Amino acid sequence: MKPYLSIEKLTQRFPDGNGGELTVFENASFGVEKGEFVVILGHSGCGKSTIMNILAGLADPSMGAVIMDGQEVKGPSLDRGVVFQNYSLLPWLTTLKNVMFGVKARHPEWTKQQVQNHATKFLAMVGLEGDVIQRKPSQLSGGMRQRVSIARAFANHPKLLLLDEPFGALDALTRGTIQDELLKIWSQTEQTVFMITHDIDEAILLADRILLMTNGPQARVAESVEITIPRPRNRIEIVEHPNYYAIRNHLVQFLGKRSREMAGQPTEAGQTNAPETVKIDMTEITEEPEDKQPSLKAINI
Amino acid sequence: MGTLSLNQRAALLSVLMLVVGLLIWEAAIPVQKAAEELTEYERLTGAGSAKAGVPPPSKVFAKAWEQLSNPFYDAGPNDKGIGIQISYSIYRVLSGYILAALIAIPFGFLIGMSQVAYKAFNPFIQLLRPISPLAWMPLALFIIGDSEASAIFVIFICSIWPMLINTAFGVAGVREDWVNVARTHELGPIKTALIVILPAAAPTILTGMRISIGIAWLVIVAAEMLVGGTGIGYYVWNEWNNLDLTSVVFSILMIGFVGMLLDAMFGLLQRRVTYAE
Repeated sequence: MKPYLSIEKLTQRFPDGNGGELTVFENASFGVEKGEFVVILGHSGCGKSTIMNILAGLADPSMGAVIMDGQEVKGPSLDRGVVFQNYSLLPWLTTLKNVMFGVKARHPEWTKQQVQNHATKFLAMVGLEGDVIQRKPSQLSGGMRQRVSIARAFANHPKLLLLDEPFGALDALTRGTIQDELLKIWSQTEQTVFMITHDIDEAILLADRILLMTNGPQARVAESVEITIPRPRNRIEIVEHPNYYAIRNHLVQFLGKRSREMAGQPTEAGQTNAPETVKIDMTEITEEPEDKQPSLKAINI
Repeated sequence: MGTLSLNQRAALLSVLMLVVGLLIWEAAIPVQKAAEELTEYERLTGAGSAKAGVPPPSKVFAKAWEQLSNPFYDAGPNDKGIGIQISYSIYRVLSGYILAALIAIPFGFLIGMSQVAYKAFNPFIQLLRPISPLAWMPLALFIIGDSEASAIFVIFICSIWPMLINTAFGVAGVREDWVNVARTHELGPIKTALIVILPAAAPTILTGMRISIGIAWLVIVAAEMLVGGTGIGYYVWNEWNNLDLTSVVFSILMIGFVGMLLDAMFGLLQRRVTYAE
């Protein structure tokens, strides 16, 4: 049984400018289940954004395929919503109109009033209400702009929501509040989310599973780390969970050391390069009876 | 002075400069002596006959008052009110200009969308653009055969380039993120052009339109001097032939005034489509 979103032997090569080719990543294969929140972590240059662009349909892979819900991904689609790092709001439209723009594209048959009500509802879900929604993006703070962008994406109920370092340009405090907003709106919509970040704490707070990428070129998705911390989570209590630092240490170790050691190993022909599943659970042995153990998610393809 | 706003102080200074300038102008024009004050010799050498000279502002104001109080009179081919002459000029400018916009903006859009087209058309645009529009006049007169249409053609050819180049430049420079937003929302090419690219490029396009209308208004005066018959350019030349320098100065000021109004109109439009990022 294939996962909801299946990335199969994805390879991306670019010309390196000297007549040769640069392999960004090779034979990347992994899956994402419906309703799952998956975060991909890795150093810059490992091709995270390239994977994101391929998933969004904005770029084509050199080889391999992306299959979502039984269909191959070809070109951009409303089924895959994207939140870009730089917000990508249309600066000549008001906040409300920016969200309405997305809703109108999704539901061309709706009346203007329906579109407006729907947009207003989702803006309220990220905490934007009243006069604020009549402002232009240039009159909003960075954090508010990203909320608008998130509201626009969620309002369309895409089958897959892609977040490309959505909080990268925000200060730490703002980032915290918007992470909370994101968790809130996600728990209400049960959206399948695929997100890029390079913030470890953010990844642990948000994700069901973290994919770790080795350094580029010839990067690969090396590990898939399950976040064995129950939901609902919040940023203050999560650090007290016995698994938190165990997972965090594992991630830090990977990004600090192993991502470099494992880098640049070309794969042999036929190898699928599926990530190794890692599960860290300090609570398991002492507290949980055997039959209640959560089973490993199938990620092999 | 401290209580006045910046704008008030600037306005005050403007008025002051105007008054001083007019006074200097008035004082600089030598007054012609009346016949009885002339010496015998001066009278014999013909100094008593009226001489054409640069008029003082007072005379220009008097002329302006006379002309503007009845701007639309029509007393034959060589004697029409200033309003009629300016209307002819504006009609020609707008005809040529609108024609140019109808071609330049869609065409600029296509060129801006495709890098190949941009590069392929660029040498032609660069070659044709610096040609003085009046240089086309003989060719236009020969091919079109009608002086009225030729004047409109000259306006057309001079206003097409800034609009074409600015539209192409604006469209080519639309941020890729915005185009990606359109793509991820499955907008078709026409919807993308109208909903995303047009508003994104609108400030640049309007800059081109504003430059064009300015050039068109500059060129119409020269074109009408050549073509003759009607229009503010013809009026200037006709009054020069009549040695009526007061009318010449008055019409020069009117040309400036109408040009300013046209520019202000486009400035207003430009402000409406400008957005802050």
